[in-house]
Amino acid sequence: MLDLACSDGRVKQGQTLEDSPLAIRGLTVSYGQKPAVFSVDMTVEAGKMTAIIGPNGAGKSTMLKAALGIVPPVSGQVQVFGKTLDAQRARIAYVPQRASVDWDFPTRVIDVVLMGLYRELGLLGRLRAKHRAKAIECLDRVGMGDFASRQIGQLSGGQQQRVFLARALAQGADLYLLDEPFAGVDAATEKAIITVLKSLRAAGKTVVVVHHDLATVAEYFDNVFLINTRKVAEGTVSEAFTSETLQAAYGGRLATAQVDKLALAMG
Amino acid sequence: MLIDALLLQLGYNATLVAIGATLLGISAGVTGTFLFLRKRALVSDAISHATLPGVCLAFILMASFGGDGRNLIGLLLGSALSATAGLWCLNWLTRNTRLAEDAAIGSVLSVFFGFGIVLLTVIQTMGVGRQAGLEGFLLGSTAGMLWADAMVIAVGGAVTLLLILLIRRPMTLVAFDPEYAAARGLPVSKIDMAMMGLVMAVTVVGLKIVGLILIVALLIIPAVTARFWTERSDHVVLLAGLAGGVSAYVGAALSASAPNLPTGPIIVLMSFALFMISLLFAPNRGVLAAILRHFKFQRRVHLRQGLLALAQGQPIYENLTLRLLRKGGLVRADGVATDKGKACAAKALRDEHRWAVVRSDQTHEAAAALYDGLRKIESVLTQDQIAEIDRRIGGPQEVPA
Repeated sequence: MLDLACSDGRVKQGQTLEDSPLAIRGLTVSYGQKPAVFSVDMTVEAGKMTAIIGPNGAGKSTMLKAALGIVPPVSGQVQVFGKTLDAQRARIAYVPQRASVDWDFPTRVIDVVLMGLYRELGLLGRLRAKHRAKAIECLDRVGMGDFASRQIGQLSGGQQQRVFLARALAQGADLYLLDEPFAGVDAATEKAIITVLKSLRAAGKTVVVVHHDLATVAEYFDNVFLINTRKVAEGTVSEAFTSETLQAAYGGRLATAQVDKLALAMG
Repeated sequence: MLIDALLLQLGYNATLVAIGATLLGISAGVTGTFLFLRKRALVSDAISHATLPGVCLAFILMASFGGDGRNLIGLLLGSALSATAGLWCLNWLTRNTRLAEDAAIGSVLSVFFGFGIVLLTVIQTMGVGRQAGLEGFLLGSTAGMLWADAMVIAVGGAVTLLLILLIRRPMTLVAFDPEYAAARGLPVSKIDMAMMGLVMAVTVVGLKIVGLILIVALLIIPAVTARFWTERSDHVVLLAGLAGGVSAYVGAALSASAPNLPTGPIIVLMSFALFMISLLFAPNRGVLAAILRHFKFQRRVHLRQGLLALAQGQPIYENLTLRLLRKGGLVRADGVATDKGKACAAKALRDEHRWAVVRSDQTHEAAAALYDGLRKIESVLTQDQIAEIDRRIGGPQEVPA
């Protein structure tokens, strides 16, 4: 049963463009003259967890950043919940890659989470007990409640990732976009993060994750989006995460045996 | 003399200079912190050097129209315009060429400064009256400071601080995580421009006191000094303001207390003194604290290794280890373990066995991650967990005391 946008851009019933939390059309992003993402369409399904998968340098993160206006696209449109990106900023929570910031920055764990409340606080709003309580509550959800007053430089990689997730939770968004949240984290953190993401899905939120670990795709996600500069496949895990699509996305970089094993594991 | 100077008892000019310098020091310290946090400290050097052509052109313009070439407001406006031009060049170079920011800073800084020096020489041969004071903008000159000059600094500094109060949250957010800020819809490049604009305002206002060559010190050193004492960005901002204000005040007083002491350079040396004190003595990030921490850690390692060697009946060769064991009453002077030493050694060895169990057991994964050879197992596991592990190891349930 197909109920998703097909590769030719057709949109099947139950999933109109207006409903989609994130709809991308004809997106091209380029660093210099070499496109990192070329003419990509993506229609994220509401209330599901979607993995963006592809080899290194395939444009996974770049696509996400362009969709959020962090890097300027050469061409393409982005719609968020049927409206323009800027009209819906408040409904989006973005979790950047851990390595994108300097962890020696003078700030405490709770201050990072309070950045998630930036909109609520405004320019001059006083920081009140309720804001702190909200931040602590978000830290508790990722198992970091006891670390609130630690300096962020003292955290392990997994803990840093959890703090970033807590900051996104504080926003109370409807669409969560995470860039490689499982890269270089310990097993306990991976479990904690996936638990939180599943609870978001259970609450009707939409989650999109740039993911690199093919072995966990079927276990964690509902939908996949395969990209290698161009879109390779999009759909449910059973439709779009097959040995053919993987071969198409990864080419020689993924040994055939590995693809077969993965396909087997998915049944 | 110095006491008089500190109490503002050295006359009208010295008092004006001290007050003006203090206000400048506070606003430069606060503004510079955001630049420092954004890791663009050197941009301020380009901005300040880019003011010189503007100062000279403004002078030429005002003098050739028959006005007073040294009108401060006019000169400052000129400097602001050419600093803006320099900043624009810098941004254009980094954005549209393959030049990295440091190279772009070097180019802009030297070209603008060179052009300014040429203009300065031209002015000197122009024969327009009363041009002598312009060199003062290079290193600051406070000798002829007027009430109006002090007011310019006071108003400029106050406006800068107010604006910073207004946009401190977006500036901090952009400094820490620009991608996240952009994803939330913050205009990152506009916020950066605003930050640079504030730096430029402080630079222009500070030209009269410290001059364009040294203003960078007032912007950066207080922030770096403050960073030693705190792990919170808002506290870094406040402490930098304090450090900037104190060094400017004391520096101005010092230079007034004796003849021929230049104000700007003395202020810079004062802020350097605060920096040195912080570098050496700050509790966590200071050099001494780091050395002490290292020695303490080294002793813990030696003690632990010594105890394990005792427990396993191995000889100990390292002098430090032996000395530490003796000092703790764990071995006698001849190197034989005391009763207390034997007990501690047995406990250390037993803990090592317990850790081995913890590290090989999946259910203790979280605790095992904390193993570093030194951590007390009691700080990681509860008594009943330890008892359970002891049952698995076998042997005595309790370590003989």
